[in-house]
Amino acid sequence: MTSMVPVHLRVNGSAAMMTVEPRMTLADALRIELHFTGTHLGCEHGVCGACTVIVDGAAVRACLMLAVQAQGRDVMTVEGLGDAAHLGHLQRAFRKNHALQCGFCTAGILATAHALLMEEPEADEDRIRDVISGNLCRCTGYLPIIAAIVEAREAYSDMQREAAQ
Amino acid sequence: MTEPVNLLVGTAVERMEDARFLAGSGIFADDLVREGMLHAVILRSPVAHARIVGIDISAARAINGVHAVITAVDIGAKIPLIPLRLAPLAEFEPFRQPVIAVDKVRYVGEPLAVIVANTRALAEDALEAIEVKLDALSAVTERGGGEDVLFDGANDNVAVKYDAGFGDIDAAFAAADYTRTEYFSVQRHTALPMETRGLLAEWDAVGHRLIVTGATKVTFYNRTTLAGMLGMRSEDIDLIEIDVGGGFGVRGEFYPEDFLVPFVARMLRRPIKWIEDRREHMTAINHSRDVACELSIACRSDGTFVGLRGKVFSDMGAYIRTNGGVVPAKAAQFLPGPYRIPNVGVSVEAFLTSKTPVGTYRGPGRFEANFFRERLIDMVAVDLGNDPAEIRRKNLITEEELPYSIDGLVPYEGPTAYDTGDYPAAFERALSEIKWQEKQSLQGKLINGVRHGVGLGCFVESGGAGPKENALLTLESDGSLTVAVGSSVLGQGLETVLGQIAADTLSIPFDRIRVLHGSTTLLDEGFGTYHSRAVVMGGSAVLDAGKRLREKITQRAAERLGRPNSELNIVEGQVVAANGAAVSLEMLARDGDLSADGTFSNMMRTYSYGTHAVHVTVDPRTGAVNILDYVAVEDVGHAINPAIVHGQAIGAIVQGLGGVFLDHLIYDDQGQLLNASLADYLVPTASDFPTLRAITLELRPSPTNPLGAKGAGEGGIVAVAAATANAVAAALAPLNVEIHHLPLTPPRLWRLIKAARDRAAAA
Repeated sequence: MTSMVPVHLRVNGSAAMMTVEPRMTLADALRIELHFTGTHLGCEHGVCGACTVIVDGAAVRACLMLAVQAQGRDVMTVEGLGDAAHLGHLQRAFRKNHALQCGFCTAGILATAHALLMEEPEADEDRIRDVISGNLCRCTGYLPIIAAIVEAREAYSDMQREAAQ
Repeated sequence: MTEPVNLLVGTAVERMEDARFLAGSGIFADDLVREGMLHAVILRSPVAHARIVGIDISAARAINGVHAVITAVDIGAKIPLIPLRLAPLAEFEPFRQPVIAVDKVRYVGEPLAVIVANTRALAEDALEAIEVKLDALSAVTERGGGEDVLFDGANDNVAVKYDAGFGDIDAAFAAADYTRTEYFSVQRHTALPMETRGLLAEWDAVGHRLIVTGATKVTFYNRTTLAGMLGMRSEDIDLIEIDVGGGFGVRGEFYPEDFLVPFVARMLRRPIKWIEDRREHMTAINHSRDVACELSIACRSDGTFVGLRGKVFSDMGAYIRTNGGVVPAKAAQFLPGPYRIPNVGVSVEAFLTSKTPVGTYRGPGRFEANFFRERLIDMVAVDLGNDPAEIRRKNLITEEELPYSIDGLVPYEGPTAYDTGDYPAAFERALSEIKWQEKQSLQGKLINGVRHGVGLGCFVESGGAGPKENALLTLESDGSLTVAVGSSVLGQGLETVLGQIAADTLSIPFDRIRVLHGSTTLLDEGFGTYHSRAVVMGGSAVLDAGKRLREKITQRAAERLGRPNSELNIVEGQVVAANGAAVSLEMLARDGDLSADGTFSNMMRTYSYGTHAVHVTVDPRTGAVNILDYVAVEDVGHAINPAIVHGQAIGAIVQGLGGVFLDHLIYDDQGQLLNASLADYLVPTASDFPTLRAITLELRPSPTNPLGAKGAGEGGIVAVAAATANAVAAALAPLNVEIHHLPLTPPRLWRLIKAARDRAAAA
C-alpha cells in the first residue's frame, strides 16, 4: 500500500485537511474525502471540463491535478458560488436563461465562467464562447449558456468597481 | 366548482430542478455513499471475437482489499439473457446478450468478470492482475465480413430480414415516368450523455430485499427483468431513480451491469457501487445509427411521387439488445416521411458484427431515414428541373388528407396514422425564415473563397408511445402537494412540466409542489420515459389525478363548510365558498388521507412535424463547413413549457450537427474501437455551431391526449442531417459533388471535391 499524505488546503474559504494516497486526483479528493460532490467527473481525462474547479483564481481540471498538488492552495468549487436558497448572479443568470438541463456539466461550466468573469468581466461573446468551448454539454446546445454568461457580466463589472472603490 | 384556469401551462416557468443543480446539491449515482460500501469494476474483452479458454483470477483475488472476482461460473449453470423490450421479433431471440460472456466474446468491451474491492482504484489494480486466455476468431466488421459466424449454429451473421409496405410498389415503378436509385449511409455513433452510467445496489438482509439506486428510463420493466434473472419477486426489489445526467435513448435500458451489480450485492450482502468510466462507456453503452439504405423513387415527369422503395441495412453489433430492433424498423417506417406516396415498399436486413450492440439514440431511424429521402428528393429535383422547395410543396401531405395511414411498414406494430397538422404551413414558415427565395441566387456561388448552399429537410416524427402511464397526487398535511409519476427523468425538466400541470389543475402554487418520479416505490406500475412520451403520457396521467384530487378536496370542503360543491373554489391554498367562508388545504389534509390516483391509457401516437432549413458555406480548399443560419420549425401541438421545448430543440439540433460533422465511432478491421476517449471522439463544443434558431409552432393540438401535446424531444434532431447535407450538396453542386454518406468531415468533403475535379480533368 502506498503511503498516505496529509494535505492542508482551503476550500470555498474554509480550511480543510485530508489524508490521501499520492495517486488520488483533486477531483476524487474533493468528492470522496471532503464531500464536495457538486464537482462531477465526466471523462477523467481532462477533455469534458465537468470537474473544473478554481485553484488560486484559475480554472483547473480537477481530474488532471493530484490532490497532493493542492497543498496550501485555495480551491473554489460550485458549492462556493452560492447555495440553493442563495444563488449567486451567475447561477441566477443560468436559471433565467434555461442554461442547464440535466445539470451534470453545470458545475464545471459555472466554475469556468466564474474564473473568466473574475479576470475579464468585460469579455465579449466570442471570448466567452471560446473559453466555454473547453467544456462539453450534451443537453443545451450551448446557446443559452453563452447568453447566461453574457448576462452575468454586468454583475461582475459592478463587483469589480465596488472592490476598486 | 369552477374549472381550473391555465396559469402556468403554456408559460416559460423557471425550472424547479435548477436551484439544486446550480448549487451543486443534485444527487447523481456517484454521489451516493453507504456504510460498508464496496466498489465494483468490470473486466471487459480486449478483443472483438474469440473463444474464452480460461480466466485466471487467483492473483487478483489474493490482493488485500479485494472481496470478490466473479466470472460466468459464479453466476450459475444458466446465464440470464437480456430480453427484448421493444421490436420483439422472434428471429432476434437467439442473438440476445448474456449478462456476462460465457464461452465466447463477441465485441471489445463485453463483460468477462466483476471485481469488487474496498476502493475503485484498488478494484482497477486487481483487474490488471486477471489473466484471460482467449482463442481468437475472425472479427466481423461489416455486412458479409469475417470468416466466422458469431453464433454457433447460425448460417450467417444476419439476424433478421423482412419486407413490408403498402400499395403496389412494382406496378408503380413499372409505370413511372422517372425513377432514380441511390445508396446512402449514416455512420455509427452514440448519444454520449455527460454522466456515465452508475448504480448502487444494496441487499437488505432483514427484509431479503434488493434496492438498486441510479436506475432510470424504464424502471418498472427493468425491475421485472431483474427479478426474473435473480429468481426474486418484483415486490422484493426497488429500483430508485435519482438525478440523471442525460439519457438521449441510451441510458436506462437493461444492460449486463444492471444484473451484475445487484447480483454481487446480494452475494456479498454489502452495498456495491459501480461507476462506468468514460472509456468503458464508449464500448459498453449502446451505439446507434450505422444504417445504410438503397433508396429508389418513382415519379411522374412533373415531380409527383408515386412510389418509394427502400432497402435498409442495419449493423446491430454483436447482440440484439433491449431496443436494438427499433433502429432499422424506424429507419424503414420513416422513409416516406411527410409526403403523399401511395406505394411504399421497404425491406430490412439487420445483421450482426463484432462491435458494441446497437440501441436507440434520439430520433432512432428517423435521423437516418430523413437524410436518405431528403437527399434523394434534392437529386430528383435537379433531374426534373424542379426547385427543391417546389417539389416538396407538391408532395407534402395536406391537412385535408389527415389522419394519414402509414399502416404496414413495421411488422410488430399495429395500425398507425399521422394525426393532425398543417405540414405546408410549417414548411412555408421555414422557407420564409431562411429567406429561401432571396437566397436562391447564392446557391453554389463562390464568394470570398467559400461556396454557399441552402438546404431543406422535412420530417414527421412519432412520439407519445402507449400503452399507459400512472400518477398519484397527495395533498400533504402542510398543504403542499406531492406528485408521483411512473415517468422517468433524464434531465429534460420533467419535474417542472408536471409541476405546472398539477399546479393549474389544483390551483396550488408551483413552489408548494414536489415531483417524485421513476422509482418503483412510488406506484404499483409505471411505464417510463422513451419515444418522447413523458409529457404526453405522464402529463396526462397527472392531469387525470389532479382532476380527481380536486373533486375530493372540494367534496371534503363542502362537508366542512356546509356549502355545495358548485360554490367552491380553490384559491391560494384555501377552498373558498361564494359566501366568503374558507378552509385551508392543510386543515382538509389533516382530516385524513387526501390523495388520488390518475391514469392515462392510449395506443395512438402523436406525430409532430416540421421543416429544417440551413444556410452553409463550404471552403472547397479544406472541406470545412460553416453554418451561417439554421432554422428548425416544428409543430408540437401544445408546448407546456415553451422554454423547455425550445431547449429541447436547440440541444437536439446541436447533437444532430455532431452526427453530421463530428460523432463517429471508428473501428479497425480487427474490431477495435479506435477512438474510445473524448480526446478522439468528437462532439460539438460551444464554438462549433453558434447560429441556430428553433421555432415552436402550436398550430394543431394532438387529439390523442387531453393536453393536446405531441412528443417534443426528438423533432429537433430528426431532420438535421437531411437539411444540412442538402445545403452542403447545394454549395458543391457546381463542382459536381454529391453527398451520400455521413459524417461530412473536412477530409471526406475534400476528397469528394478532389475526386470530382480529377474526373472533370480526365474527361
